[in-house]
Amino acid sequence: MQLARVIGDVVTTRKDENLVGIKLLVVQPLTPDHQPVGRPLVAVDAVGAGVGEEVFFVRGKEASFPFYPAEPPVDAGIVGIVDHWDVE
Amino acid sequence: MLLAKVVGTVVATRKDPRLVSNKLMVVRGVDPRGKAEGNYLVAVDTVDAGVGETVLIVSGSSARMASGMKDCPVDAAIVGIIDAIDVNE
Repeated sequence: MQLARVIGDVVTTRKDENLVGIKLLVVQPLTPDHQPVGRPLVAVDAVGAGVGEEVFFVRGKEASFPFYPAEPPVDAGIVGIVDHWDVE
Repeated sequence: MLLAKVVGTVVATRKDPRLVSNKLMVVRGVDPRGKAEGNYLVAVDTVDAGVGETVLIVSGSSARMASGMKDCPVDAAIVGIIDAIDVNE
């Protein structure tokens, strides 16, 4: 899983039927000192995250597991909202 | 998932039988502000996207979870057509 900040949202009308009702957010991966690293990507939201929050997300097919038994075609999903993290 | 712009189509006569009658598109990644960046790739289209549209790409094994793609040999699928992207940063 990776730390990221939610920086935006995505609106789609025409989409896979299994994506209907699922929130899509733009996330920017972060370094442990909260700096952006790498490219932003689109992740589905399984926890009610919002723009500006720091979250962690999972990549790969596992991103669809929170929606079981539905199998939406997703490869990145937010699975937690971070309250804070400490790095030494 | 990746944001991408559809830049072309792919025609292939000889291909895996499970790819028959699927539409293949050439897409290129874009950043959330619409600027093109990164590599070109071929994605199977499940939502009737067209050239010039901004789309949502799912890659890896998850691409097989797109509608009608079960057990197909694909690793990138277009699963949505983007209406708007709102970025606050």
